[in-house]
Amino acid sequence: MIRYITRRLLFAVPTLIAISFAIFALLDLAPSDPTGQLPLTIPPETRAQIRESLGLDEAFPVRYAKWMEQFFVNEPLNLIERAFDVEIGDSDSRTRVISYATRSPVVDIIAERMPQTLWVVGLSYVVGIMIALPIGIVSAYRQYSWFDQVGTFVSMVGFSVPTFFTGLVAIILFSVMLEWLPSIYDTTHRVTDLASFWVQIKQIIMPVMVLAFYNAAQLSRFMRSSVLDNLNLDYVRTARAKGMRERAVLLVHVLRNSMIPVVTMIALGIPTIFGGAIITEQIFRVNGLGQLLIVAIQGADIPMVQTLTFLFAVLIVGFNLIADVLYGILDPRIRYD
Amino acid sequence: MTSMHRSGKARAVPYNRVAKISMAAMLVAACGPDEIVEEFVPPEPVENRHVNILYWQAVSTMNPYLSGGTKEIEAASLVIEPLANYDDNGEMVPVLAAGIPTRENGGVAGDMTTITWKLKQDVVWADGTPFTARDVVFTGEYCLHEEVGCSADASFTDVEGFEALDDHTVRVTFSVAKPVPYGPFVGAVTPIIQAQQFKNCTGLRAPECTTENFGPIGTGPFKVDEFRANDVISFSANERYREPGKPWMKTVTLKGGGDAASSARAVLETGEYDYAWNLQVEPEILEQMLAAGKGEIVMGFGTNVERLVINQTNADSSLGPERRSLLLDGTNPHPFLSDPHVRRALSLAIDRQLLVEAGYGPTGRVTCNIVPAPPIYASTANEGCRTPDPDEAKRLLDEAGWVPGPDGVRAKDGVRLSILYQTSTNSVRQGTQALIKQMWQQIGVETELRNIDGGVFFGGDPASPDTYQKFYADVEMYTSNFQGTDPEFYMAAWVCDEAPGPDNQWLGTNMSRGCSAEFDALVDKLAVTPYGEERFETAKRMNDIVVENHFLIPLIWRASTSARARSLKGVRMNPWDSELWNIEDWHR
Repeated sequence: MIRYITRRLLFAVPTLIAISFAIFALLDLAPSDPTGQLPLTIPPETRAQIRESLGLDEAFPVRYAKWMEQFFVNEPLNLIERAFDVEIGDSDSRTRVISYATRSPVVDIIAERMPQTLWVVGLSYVVGIMIALPIGIVSAYRQYSWFDQVGTFVSMVGFSVPTFFTGLVAIILFSVMLEWLPSIYDTTHRVTDLASFWVQIKQIIMPVMVLAFYNAAQLSRFMRSSVLDNLNLDYVRTARAKGMRERAVLLVHVLRNSMIPVVTMIALGIPTIFGGAIITEQIFRVNGLGQLLIVAIQGADIPMVQTLTFLFAVLIVGFNLIADVLYGILDPRIRYD
Repeated sequence: MTSMHRSGKARAVPYNRVAKISMAAMLVAACGPDEIVEEFVPPEPVENRHVNILYWQAVSTMNPYLSGGTKEIEAASLVIEPLANYDDNGEMVPVLAAGIPTRENGGVAGDMTTITWKLKQDVVWADGTPFTARDVVFTGEYCLHEEVGCSADASFTDVEGFEALDDHTVRVTFSVAKPVPYGPFVGAVTPIIQAQQFKNCTGLRAPECTTENFGPIGTGPFKVDEFRANDVISFSANERYREPGKPWMKTVTLKGGGDAASSARAVLETGEYDYAWNLQVEPEILEQMLAAGKGEIVMGFGTNVERLVINQTNADSSLGPERRSLLLDGTNPHPFLSDPHVRRALSLAIDRQLLVEAGYGPTGRVTCNIVPAPPIYASTANEGCRTPDPDEAKRLLDEAGWVPGPDGVRAKDGVRLSILYQTSTNSVRQGTQALIKQMWQQIGVETELRNIDGGVFFGGDPASPDTYQKFYADVEMYTSNFQGTDPEFYMAAWVCDEAPGPDNQWLGTNMSRGCSAEFDALVDKLAVTPYGEERFETAKRMNDIVVENHFLIPLIWRASTSARARSLKGVRMNPWDSELWNIEDWHR
């Protein structure tokens, strides 16, 4: 297993470098301009000067090499310096990855955004799983029952209706008509007591449920088909023939076996949490990583887009590995060596 | 529920809801077992001294010199102030200056090459240190430093130097005569930053000063408590603000993100926010939201004009990059838009009132001028465009020999009146495009519509074929305006020499590539004509030349549009400066 993991990790390095180059090249080829959103009262000569001050007039390989150095050398060094409060080398003249729009270090902004994204999108993922698994199991066990039919219908709706629609409907219902919940997420809100916790719940519930509904729809269908596959297998018949209780058959034997592909699905989905839910964050103004990415794309903030997408790439490669390893642990028949 | 009343940081609670809550509290008190009569005191009115502002484009930095975006300029205007700004009527009012220097009071030199500002005495920065002429000089030099990439440097055009004559007097010297020397330090675009705070942030170091750029020390009514880039800013009142008793508001939250329609909803329908900025939303949607009665629209008509730009050069896609949409000294005329009859017919066919009703409602007005305001500069010579006249348009085209072919599209010598019409992606603009296409169809002109992402269209990437400078189309549409109240710089952009092309890295500003010798001469004249009747007449004549030649076809005079909650008083919408220019007077 260790050898397998080491081999995979070594493979990941060239993959990630290739990805970083591809992202950088794509962004460079895209017709975008960080001064494109400025008011037209700013004359073109000034725009040219701004672009120059951003370093955009340098050649492509120079900019790519600079980013590589900043991201792979300077940022980690800076992180270590801050974590251990030490100084390594000449840290004043080391340049960090700087956003075009805010002119501040990209990594700091990402760190600032992480909590709200993890809270909202992470929670919605957990809630989604908690809804999906029971629905999937019951739907499969009672196939073609009314529960299964309703579950199928709800899943289809959840899967096919985009979050910008469900989000809007939720806002109109709960914020505009009933006035129960705020439609705008307050990222500065701090939970200090019970009352402020209640405020937090009120502001988080809509984005979380909208996303959870979407996630659950996908997962429950997956869970259902996986359980169905297992229910018809010989070992289930054997278990029943041995006189095991239905509960044990379903929740111990079938569930464990049918969880294998579902756990992989869940693990592979975790990077998307960090990617944020661009649309949902935008609708509820959660202003997490997803919103950060979309604003950066619109504003042609290349260092920000580059760094964010590359971090997502790292997460995806990493969780792919974790999913594969988990597979081996859950299913003893799978051996990698 | 108590959390809602926690200090000024609490979320704004709509009044009717506050009333409901206190009613409930009273009921509970009334049902209590003992001392009912003594306990029944009417609750103190909740005085909400917090204001929630929503900008659907989030603010990236508090240093407008490093951004240039409207959102950054306006957010910073709460904290840092210029010497003078424009009020809601476009009149200059002193802010940090003691008065407005003019030729009459001797503040502007007779040869118009210097302007001397007297500063207010006893103004202090939020940190308690005195504000002096040194700060003003520092600000000017900060922006003019070559390596900063200062976005406001157009305001400092022709500036030769700054000089602090004493602690409270600053002189700006220009290299040429400036009839209107109010570029530097006037308006929210060029606020004064503190020399002490930014002294290590000049030149190449400017972007590295994150703490300074996110939290400038200012003289304005508020100071930054917390800045989250591209998300939210918390402000609190500057207790050292020079005007006693102001600002009325104790705290301000400026949240960013989302889109215009949902911003409008947060003020007009849910009442969660008190003020929402820049709402280009279809009129019927706004009307629906207004019906909830929680807020209203505030508007100010500045100089924003949605216009059609008519390409005077050949934009045919079969031409190579060495000819397409290039002026080439007039040797590359457009096959049919170079015919003035066709241009005039295109303008005559457009029912501008219909465009206003469909896309803008009360936030737009028909205009026949490219410079619609201020009134002293607004021409009255072109009012004929208000009534569309498709019959006259057809007659003109017939007369010029453009006759309808079998498919209804007019043609002459094998050239069909077929137009490629591009603009940026925006639902109101696409609506306008569709209407104009129909109007032109009625006079026998075929139109193909195209829309391009705003970031690309307005981005100056010389490698992209889709920018508005490249203008690889026959007609394009967008809104532009000018800073301040004098159109000299704005109109000078349309001289013949400014036609974009590879020789100026496509940075030219004369998008239509239209040329008029009379116009070019008037540009030179305007540059030396002092403020007064002759100046106004010259500018009007320039407007008329552009409009009569139909190089630019003005369509709609657009208001700056925002929404405010009914409970928020004192908002004076200002299209000439920062919308938040008088936030110290906002109250409930």
